[in-house]
This record gives sequence, C-alpha cells and structure tokens, in this order.
Amino acid sequence: MRIFIKNGHVIDPQNHRDDVLDIYIEDGVIVEIEKNLDYSGGEMTVIDARGKLVVPGLIDMHCHLREPGYEYKEDIESGTRSAAVGGFTSIACMPNTAPVIDSQAIVEYINNKAKHVGLVNVYPIGAITKGLKGEELAEIGELKFAGVVGISDDGNPVMSASLMRRALQYADMFDTPVISHCEDLALIDDGVMNEGYMSTYLGLKGITRAAEEVMIARDVVLAEVTQAPIHIAHVSTEGGVEIIRHAKARGVKVTCETCPHYFTLTDQAVDGYNTMAKMNPPLRTEKDVEAVKQGLKDGTIDVIATDHAPHHFDEKNVEFNLASNGIVGFETALSLSITYLVDTGILTMQQLLQKMCVNPAGILGLNKGSLGINRPADIIVIDKDEEFTVDVNQFQSKSKNSPYHGYTLKGTVHYTIVGGQVVVRDKMIL
Amino acid sequence: MLNNRKDLLGLKDLQADEIKRILNHAETMKYILSQKNKKTPHLQGKSIITLFYENSTRTRLSFELAAKYMSASAANISASGSSVSKGETLIDTGKTIDRMGTDIIIIRHPMSGAPHLLAKNVEASVINAGDGMNEHPTQALLDMLTIKEHKGKIEGLRVAIIGDITHSRVVRSNIWGLTKLGAEVCVAGPATLIPPEIEKTGVKVFNSVQEALLDADVVMGLRIQMERQKSGLFPTVREYARFFGIDDKRLKFAKEDVLLLHPGPVNRGVELFSEVIDGDKSLINEQVTNGVAVRMALLYLFSRKGGNIENIH
Repeated sequence: MRIFIKNGHVIDPQNHRDDVLDIYIEDGVIVEIEKNLDYSGGEMTVIDARGKLVVPGLIDMHCHLREPGYEYKEDIESGTRSAAVGGFTSIACMPNTAPVIDSQAIVEYINNKAKHVGLVNVYPIGAITKGLKGEELAEIGELKFAGVVGISDDGNPVMSASLMRRALQYADMFDTPVISHCEDLALIDDGVMNEGYMSTYLGLKGITRAAEEVMIARDVVLAEVTQAPIHIAHVSTEGGVEIIRHAKARGVKVTCETCPHYFTLTDQAVDGYNTMAKMNPPLRTEKDVEAVKQGLKDGTIDVIATDHAPHHFDEKNVEFNLASNGIVGFETALSLSITYLVDTGILTMQQLLQKMCVNPAGILGLNKGSLGINRPADIIVIDKDEEFTVDVNQFQSKSKNSPYHGYTLKGTVHYTIVGGQVVVRDKMIL
Repeated sequence: MLNNRKDLLGLKDLQADEIKRILNHAETMKYILSQKNKKTPHLQGKSIITLFYENSTRTRLSFELAAKYMSASAANISASGSSVSKGETLIDTGKTIDRMGTDIIIIRHPMSGAPHLLAKNVEASVINAGDGMNEHPTQALLDMLTIKEHKGKIEGLRVAIIGDITHSRVVRSNIWGLTKLGAEVCVAGPATLIPPEIEKTGVKVFNSVQEALLDADVVMGLRIQMERQKSGLFPTVREYARFFGIDDKRLKFAKEDVLLLHPGPVNRGVELFSEVIDGDKSLINEQVTNGVAVRMALLYLFSRKGGNIENIH
C-alpha cells in the first residue's frame, strides 16, 4: 500500500522538521519526506493536507482499556477506535483489569486481541505488585519479557515505602519504568473531592492536596536513593509540580505527566454534585491549574496523558459518593491541549508534540513519536484551527463519561495512519 | 410552591424573602398546633412519603405528624426492610414511589447531594430532611423560627455555633439561612472539626468557645458523634467536654438574655451540661414543637404542584 501526503505543514520535533513537506509511504514505512515530492500512478492513496498539520501519531502512556474483565465499560476494539479518532496511534493500558495484568498470560491475551481487533498499537503496562494488592512484587522480569512497557499499580498506590523501594531497584534491572499513582490512602480517607471551599460548600468529604504531595515526595526520595527512574502519573497540585521541579534540578531521574482535566477544570466543576467531575486525583483549584500550566511550560511536566477511564452510565448516574472515578479522554485530549495550551500561547505546537509524542515514547522506550525514514508510518493529519462542539454521543468509546459535553474546542483529527494503514479518513473510522 | 420551586434541597439555594415567607407560614401553623383540635384539611388528597436511609426520631416523626395534622396520606420507607436493602438504586426507588402518585418525597440520606439526584429523577416535590454533611434545611428553619419568636427578628443578631462544624449539615443550613437574613454567625470547635475555608461563607471562626460566645444573642450546641473520636479528630470525649462543652460558666460570656438551642439528641455532659440543658435559657423543647410547625408550612407550600402560591394568603 502506498500513501502520499502532500502539501501539509509537517511538524516533527525529534527531527527538527517544521515546514511544508510531502511524505511518501510504502509498505507501511516512511520512504521519503521532502519538499515538492512527485509520486503518481499505480494504486496510491493521496492525501491533500494543504492548510493542515502533519505530525507523528500521538502516544498515550496512561489509559484504561478495561479488557479483560470490564468489557461493559470498554474493550480493546472500542478503546482503540476511540484512540484512533482522537489522533493516538500508540497507547499504553493500565493493569487494573480483571484479571490484573500481572502475568504473562494476560499480557499475551491483550497483545493478541490488540493485533486482531485493535486499530492502534497497544502496549500493556504490568502490575508492580501481584493483584495490585501492594503486598508482594509481581513477576516483573517475566512481564517485561512478555512485552510490558512499564509497571504501575495505577489506582492503587503502593502504600509500603519499603516495597516501592524494592520495586524501583528490581524494575531498573530490567530497564522497566515504574509509573506511580501518588496518593496516600490514609490521607484520602473517604474523601471524594478536593478539600477546599468547594468541599465545604457542597458538604462533601475533601481530599487534602497533601495526599498527593506526600507520596510524590516519598517517591522522589526513593528514586534518588535507588538511582532508579520513576514516572509520576497525573500530577494535579501546585505542590506536586514544585516537588518534581526541585527533584529534577537535583538530578533525580523523575519524569511526570498531567492530564487535560488538570489544566482545564477546577473543583468548581463538581458543583451540583456533577459526577462527571469526579476523578482521582480530584480536580483542584485555580492556582493548581495555573501551576500545572507553568509546569508544562517550563518542562517540569514531561507528558500529557489522557488517563482515559471509561465508566458505564449507571456508574456515574448515582450519588456522588458512589460514583466511579475518572473520565474518558482519547477524543478530547488533543483539542483540549490545543485550545487551552497552544491557542493561549503556553506551549508551541512543537512543545505540545514533545509532550504527546516524543517524551512518552522516550519514557516507555518505544521507538516512536517521530517521523523517521524507514520507520513504521504512524502519522496524523490535523486541523488545529477547526472548531467543533463536543458531543459525547458521537464518541467511539463505549462510555460517555466526559465533563466536556457541549464544549466548543479547537483542533480536529482528519487522518490517522497506523503502521502505514489509514484507519481514520476525513474524521471517520474506516 | 415557593418562587415556582419544585423542591426544597437546601437553604443555600433560597432567597432571603423565600425563607421569610416559610417562617411566616410556620407561625400560622404554630397557631393551628396550639388549638385543641389540630386537624386541618389543607393536605387532603395529598400523599407524602418519608424515605429515610438513616435513623431518625424527631425529624421523621415531626414530618409524619405534620402530614397527618393536615390530613395528608403519609407512609414511611426505611432503608432496611425495603427494596433498598435488596440493592435497588436511589433513582429506581424514587421512580417507584413517584409512580404511585406521591406528591412529596421527604428524604434523609447519608450522602451529600442524594436529594438533588432524586429531585432530578422524580416529578414529586423533594424535601431534604438531611443529606450527608451538606444540609438539613428544615432543622435550620425551625431554629430560625425559634429565634425569631423570642427575639422578634434575626437581622443583626450574633449567633454562636459550637462543636463539630465539619460534619454538621445543621451548621451548613444555619449558616446559609442566618447569614441571608442578616445575622452574624460565629463558629468554634476543635481545629480538626472546622472545615477548610469556612470563612468564605461569611462566618467568623474562633479557636476558643469563650471568644465565640462573647456577647452572643443565640448559642447553638451541636451533637458530637462518638465515631469522630475514634477516627482521631479529638482525643477523648472527656477532653472535648473540658474545652468545648457549654456549662453555666461559659454561657455567661453570652448576653444576659441569650437563647440556647441544640438540634438534639443531646449528649448530656459532653457538648452541653445538664445545668444549661434544663436551665432557663434553653429552648430545646420548644425547638421540637417548632419543628412540626415548620414542616407543616413546608408540606403546605410544596404540595401545591402546579398551583400558584402568589395568590394564596
């Protein structure tokens, strides 16, 4: 199969490309990227990308595909469809499935399933501890050889500092990044939203920012002591950003991510007991949103991940305390980032792609995130100025739990090409 | 209905004039309550359900009696011994009650916002009889009725509320209601039981009971839940009583003609000492009577689905 993408503005931060260029793809790999290429004849898909951006496919290092175990929320097929229309060509899925991704068999199940029904590249993340119980290390070496790109007990913080230290030492031996969900469970107690004026106003039990910051501080210290790398998931507080900033300055091998909801929403979104605004960590305040933006701008925050967390309608249409945590994210992440970060001058498009392609690929050790000659063609064509109104009922995801329904955002994905195959054309799944 | 409201979910959402109108109606109802024959026909043909997911004596009983004094059909559902214990969701239970022709559902629920969820999903009017830590509007209204009766007004009064401010829905409703009517609200309690940024609601926070009580026109004690001690929020009940319990001596910091309120049930010798509970400043028993009057007024105002209250005097 041959694809010829013409006249698009190519941005490829890794290879310092930022110009109107043509791209020629054959047999799944990029053959040539130059000005004014001339390919014609034969069977060839020609994409006229005039006025649009042609960039590496996005990489999401933090999502939940819910398969196996929770297929009523999402499965690998629906999840990868959702990712594809959102511009993601590679996604790393968290291990809180049932059974948990803590054995070779489950890794193989996911990889096989993804090969057959997945529209984009799927990379499983294994568990740090058996069953995500926080008691004993999972077989990290075997998981690594089965194909996981990292380990995490996401959703279940590893509460024992001693076990976390061992996990960092042990995983480093296999060159496997450890991704930490930083929340101290004792400090969370039975809190359901950020602790502050809004929790007082709504009479909901608050979660102190200290719950997140204490754990980030602990993990940074453990990373320093073990000399092993650590990646902090979904940073949401001003203090959290600050701890990581200082640690980086000291040379600690720490990287981190945030999610679009932490730079677009505050705990005011919870008003009216809006369960679509319930997540872990919880939505914070204006000053945290500003700090997260600042962290993205100055490079403290390396990655924008989605934390795509599908939940069934019934799991959100309940009392706030009973509602599940999390929101779907694939189909809004890019446009939220363009609207709230690029359009406002906080990040350039280059910098955004650094955080949505290059850096996640680097942390997970994937040879992706750039447009390399002879590399598999994972490319998207986007219109960064086109406005649209978010309609959750149009989502490809099985779940519709998004607080952004009705938002007008900028930035649409017109083509998604995965491994040289066009999977989204003119915004439609093929 | 009040300003065409379907539901009474909290005082947070009400305007000052709406609160005043409820209190005026309650005064009328109190007159009815004082009669030898308390039966009135106002709610004939109306059906009222109390849906309680938490235990209650006085709130539930006063709603039930209020309904019966006004000739409504009233029935009760408790979480235990109903489909709720079989795992039915709040929305499903609410819709079931709704389709039996219910005019008003009175709900108490351990989770904040539950009445709001119910209200969105039923046609019946929903009255919040206490939701989690959020609001207990009928309690605050009966407190305000009691204050108004004895002081002739609420505006300009200094009201001190002492105890577990964090977990109290009574406090939240009183803060919204009292400040809307122009009272000055002061709160005090252990630092571990003061919610974050409570000052933004317009109240003053004090570290010591004495300071909060100083020159108060009204003092409100709050029930301290024993499980708070177990979760490490204060060391012992004994120490709580020593630093925050209100006795004769402490009450003297307030004005000479101070009113003492408590939503009940009281832990004697903990938040209030018997000498003040049974003393001449205490209006705790009168609060109970006013609770029935306020609930009669609310049932009357909120049972008029489709009616126009503006023309009724």
